[in-house]
Amino acid sequence: MIQTPSRPDVDSLPTPPEVPTHSPEMPLAIDDLTVAYHNKPVLWDIDLDIPEGKLVGIVGPNGAGKSTLMKACLDLVPKASGRVMVYGKPYKRQRSLVGYVPQRESVDWDYPISALDVVTMGTYGRIGLFRPVRKLHRDTAMNALEHVGIGHLAKRQISQLSGGQQQRVFLARALAQDARLYFMDEPFAAVDASTERAIIDLLHELKDQGKTCLVVHHDLSTVAQYFDWVVLLNMRVVKAGPTEDVFTRENLHATYGGRLALLEEAGQALRDAGR
Amino acid sequence: MTWYADDVWIVIIGSLCAVACALPGCFLVLRKMSMMGDAISHAVLPGLALGFLVTQSRASLPMFIGAAVVGVLTAVFTQWVGQFGKVDRGAAMGIVFTTLFALGLLMMAEVNHKTKVDLDVSCVLYGAIEFTPLHVIHSFQWGETWIELPLAAVTLGAVLLINLIVILALYKEFNLSSFDPALARTVGVPATLMHYLLMSMVAVTTVASFEAVGSIIVIAMLVVPGATAYLLTNRLSVMLGISAVVGIASAVLGHWGAVTLPPKFGYENPTSTSGGMAVAAGVLFLLVWVFSPTQGLLQGVWMRVRKEPNPIPVTDPDCESSRGPTSHHAAKTLRSR
Repeated sequence: MIQTPSRPDVDSLPTPPEVPTHSPEMPLAIDDLTVAYHNKPVLWDIDLDIPEGKLVGIVGPNGAGKSTLMKACLDLVPKASGRVMVYGKPYKRQRSLVGYVPQRESVDWDYPISALDVVTMGTYGRIGLFRPVRKLHRDTAMNALEHVGIGHLAKRQISQLSGGQQQRVFLARALAQDARLYFMDEPFAAVDASTERAIIDLLHELKDQGKTCLVVHHDLSTVAQYFDWVVLLNMRVVKAGPTEDVFTRENLHATYGGRLALLEEAGQALRDAGR
Repeated sequence: MTWYADDVWIVIIGSLCAVACALPGCFLVLRKMSMMGDAISHAVLPGLALGFLVTQSRASLPMFIGAAVVGVLTAVFTQWVGQFGKVDRGAAMGIVFTTLFALGLLMMAEVNHKTKVDLDVSCVLYGAIEFTPLHVIHSFQWGETWIELPLAAVTLGAVLLINLIVILALYKEFNLSSFDPALARTVGVPATLMHYLLMSMVAVTTVASFEAVGSIIVIAMLVVPGATAYLLTNRLSVMLGISAVVGIASAVLGHWGAVTLPPKFGYENPTSTSGGMAVAAGVLFLLVWVFSPTQGLLQGVWMRVRKEPNPIPVTDPDCESSRGPTSHHAAKTLRSR
């Protein structure tokens, strides 16, 4: 018997090739990311999903591609392949949701500019092309500076600040950006103890507001203490997940290979963390 | 010296040129790419020659456009050679601009041979600001006096105005992309586009300045006022203002010196004004470098004598806690050198 043509049953249709879908709640989803410099791969096949409201430490040996991973996510270095989704959409369309704290050495601190003006730059994305900076934006910047405890240094030229104060200026600028997802490249590098404390407090405050922070971090002894998620990176993602599952001796061994000095340090860190 | 109308025009044209150069020049200095001005000012030569071949006249619009296009191409080629040739930016610049400049020289020789019109190489290098008041495009009566408006004043005035408008309109974008190009890109400011916009400004300004100061002296006008201003202030807006003042001062002092100084040494004829401008700018820089109240040589010596590391005491209770005041001040002294 010949069936009369009817509307095909939806279930009987061949399923379309599987496209990875990302829930709009996922702050950052990286698919199949590869980055190369002069045809030499620096990052290889990175797949990473970062859940919302986490403080994520990105950890790995020198040359593991930690900074490159951030720069590739932010379109600052070209991707050989792969894609980066921020809250369910390509990064290009979600710039306003993303804040960036570059490495301190990436800028010239002799540039003729005051601390307040650097922080105000965090609002430029909202102000838009050709439009002038208004009092509203400077107030936002001033609040951010006071938030990180250096409101009294607002007028000072940036070369006249200590390393810790310069790092606070960068963090204040990120606050002024008012993003939901933050990329921070070694904010703890060469800062004094009180600035380190201030950064940690700030990170927890951001987390409490449901914001997500990715932080490149060097000091293995503080990873377990500072972060609730860890990405172990060495060209590839060795392991990523909650700190208590991922930050283990075997995984660190796999990440750092035979670098004994570092392993010693890591072992100490693990003992400190009580594992 | 007696100031004739021509002297006044020479100083006005020199000032317009110096200020038009100083404004984009400040950003070249801040971006640590001052030598890009050097590269562009030399590389525009084939553009000029080509424009001349097409139109058979000097100081025409096509000549202008041809040179400006080649100027921007210099920046693009430098980028490419650096990127794909795996050489550093300095070498890339050296390869690109010498090649283009030499090509321009060959083309000029050809032009001179074919048309019997003299495009003088020494004019290209040093300019001929003394003759610019002779090329009058408009004359009118203003009160009692006749004013004869030279072409160079109009061209350079227009270029200065364009530079001023572009920098004012995109002030925060230029500021951000000069200070932190990575952040600029992440907040959606097209840092690469800003780079090429600045390069176009430099190219157009260089071409407009050719007749007045030539391709070598223009480098002084691009770099020295900005570098001098940089030593005197901690604010970009003030730096732009000071650089303009230094530019005008160089033009006035340069012309005055070129006219009055040679007779004092037994020479009858005045020397080159554009040369005088560059020397004046250099002397101003030297004076500022020695006497600047914040970053000057003498101030540094004075501070060392008084054993005080920094004019502004670092009053930060926070950062003393970990390192202690001694090491902190030591670090500060190291950095301030």
